[in-house]
Amino acid sequence: MSTNFRRAGAALFAATLTAATLVACSSEQAPQGGGDGGGESAAASDTIVLGFSQVGAESGWRAANTKSIQDTLTTENGFDLKFSDAQQKQENQIQAIRSYIQQQVDVIAFSPVVETGWDAVLEEAKAAEIPVILTDRAVDSEDDTLYESFIGSDFVEEGKRAGDWAVEQYDGEGYKAVELQGTTGAAPMIDRQQGFADAIAGSDIEMIDSQTGNFTRTEGKQVMEGFLQKYDDIDLVFAHNDDMGLGAIEAIEAAGKVPGKDIKIITVDGVKDGMQALADGKINYIVECNPLLGPDLAEIAKKVVAGEEVEKRIVTQDEAFDQEAAKAALPDRQY
Amino acid sequence: MPTSPTPSTASAAADASGGFGAVVRHPLFWPVVALVALLAVNTAVRPGFLSVSILDDHLFGSPIDILRNCAPLMLVALGMSLVIATRGIDLSVGAVVAISGAVALTFIAGAPDPASTTTVFLAIGMALVLGLVLGVWNGFLVSVLGIQPIIATLILMTAGRGVAMLITEGQITTVTSAPFKTLGAGYWLGLPVATLVAFGVFGLVALLVRRTALGMLVESVGINPAASRLAGVRARTIVWTVFALSGLFSGLAGLILSSNVMAADANNAGLFIELDAILAVVIGGTSLAGGKFSLSGTFVGVLIIATLSLTVTNVGISPLVTPLFKALVVAAVTLLQSPAMRRKLAERTRRRGRTAPVPPSDKPADVSTDKVVA
Repeated sequence: MSTNFRRAGAALFAATLTAATLVACSSEQAPQGGGDGGGESAAASDTIVLGFSQVGAESGWRAANTKSIQDTLTTENGFDLKFSDAQQKQENQIQAIRSYIQQQVDVIAFSPVVETGWDAVLEEAKAAEIPVILTDRAVDSEDDTLYESFIGSDFVEEGKRAGDWAVEQYDGEGYKAVELQGTTGAAPMIDRQQGFADAIAGSDIEMIDSQTGNFTRTEGKQVMEGFLQKYDDIDLVFAHNDDMGLGAIEAIEAAGKVPGKDIKIITVDGVKDGMQALADGKINYIVECNPLLGPDLAEIAKKVVAGEEVEKRIVTQDEAFDQEAAKAALPDRQY
Repeated sequence: MPTSPTPSTASAAADASGGFGAVVRHPLFWPVVALVALLAVNTAVRPGFLSVSILDDHLFGSPIDILRNCAPLMLVALGMSLVIATRGIDLSVGAVVAISGAVALTFIAGAPDPASTTTVFLAIGMALVLGLVLGVWNGFLVSVLGIQPIIATLILMTAGRGVAMLITEGQITTVTSAPFKTLGAGYWLGLPVATLVAFGVFGLVALLVRRTALGMLVESVGINPAASRLAGVRARTIVWTVFALSGLFSGLAGLILSSNVMAADANNAGLFIELDAILAVVIGGTSLAGGKFSLSGTFVGVLIIATLSLTVTNVGISPLVTPLFKALVVAAVTLLQSPAMRRKLAERTRRRGRTAPVPPSDKPADVSTDKVVA
């Protein structure tokens, strides 16, 4: 979830592409015609028209997430997917959702760029009787009837699993740990920090310092360089994502120490480069943040259209890997 | 205070002399003071901060980290200084950084042998040529079509990251290539290669603009383009050249940045580096209005910004207040650099110099506070 909220500039021509996609969507809609707002007519024709608004394409994690959705919601699986990329902008997302409402799709799904400011557009969807499914990130709204279900990882749980493993492996050895945090204020950063801190409370692992690396390799490396100069007794690094962990590896190697041995590393995400480093023994443990939300989304969308009750909160199945598990899993990794 | 408050402060400047005043009035005085103060704070927090040891045949320590991490900004700020001196500004440097890294790493990743020197030199060559081409494009928009620099470079700033994303296909491209890694993370004669490259280029350009008439021509274009043209200076060529150089240096900075972590991140590589570069130039005492520029000022400005980043980690400032801390330091340096402030400070030191030898004669009769000269 290496989202960078600071990013402001949306690529001009990429925005044009998005616009083109939307136009294409509207023209494709013509033959579908008959749908008059409910799920029934579409259910009758067996094809579910689903409008999806993605955050953007800011990280390897997000790219895998997009691919999973596009590969699952195919015509063969009974879906007509209308996909748009919001380029990290809420206004683009609201625009896309409005256009889906006008097109009277059967289901709207999206990963909210930010947590707030969705009530108005979700009310519109509700008035048009189009069910909404949230993926990956939640919205902060008083009224939880505005959406059917929220599918995504539990970030607190991810931090907790990372901490639990550290305690299980290293408790009793007086480890000193440092933390490379994600972008300050981002939900994954707050929750992973919380989960990890809760898990190591009561053990003799001590968190001696914590600093933001903004979810990027360059800053992860710079912060780790600073830590290595400041303390000469770091035993453990907890990085809120793989990329910062990979940056930390570079810094540790440059300081003449062996990552994974002299200094243990635990990260969250499980993108390919991270898994490779884990298999190579440079990272010790990765808690996966599963981007493959496509199958869950397909299942929930079908249930919603069929009028079945669905769970308000669906926590995706995240795995966790140690070095041996990574070697076994690496050949089959999809992302 | 009926007449003037100066004598009351004279006690603090008992050692003030004409020579000291000249030092204070030097344009680089306050930036250097800021840099020294930052280093002092770091040393106070951790006494070993400035110590450098030898590790695996190369130097190792916080000062070395600062020198290595400032290399990309040094190159970008060098180009920015020249552009700003011609009354221009280049907002596209961050985008060029991202594109250059993306091109080089995508090429290396696709090559049959990523670790071969030929591949790496080809990749570096391609990225540099592309950086130069993008700079020439900016220069064309500004000098030939007469588009305002901020608008002309805004085009590439907004589109550039998209181009970089297209090149890397939205992924963070990672490679393993020892020769390429040398550029950003390697050492030569015990010093970081990145630093040697950046300082080398910086020194070369500084020599070129100060030992030839080039610097004066650049300044004349910045002070009055029309008058310089009438005086026979080829203003268009000069403007075009500085934008091209800015593109080339940004391309080189992109190579160093991506080589440092061996990954091309189209979204985050060089993000906001244009702002840091402008800041470094301004801290160094170059006016955004163009004209006179100070490369040595930019040099110190870059070192201040790089030290500031490490200070946050070293002192352990909470991420929540980091932006505030940085803003305060920058505000302090910029204030001290402002013409009005400098005039005031210069006045004070001048008067101190004059009054210090005979303080009682200037002393107002009604001064009865504890500030009276002893």
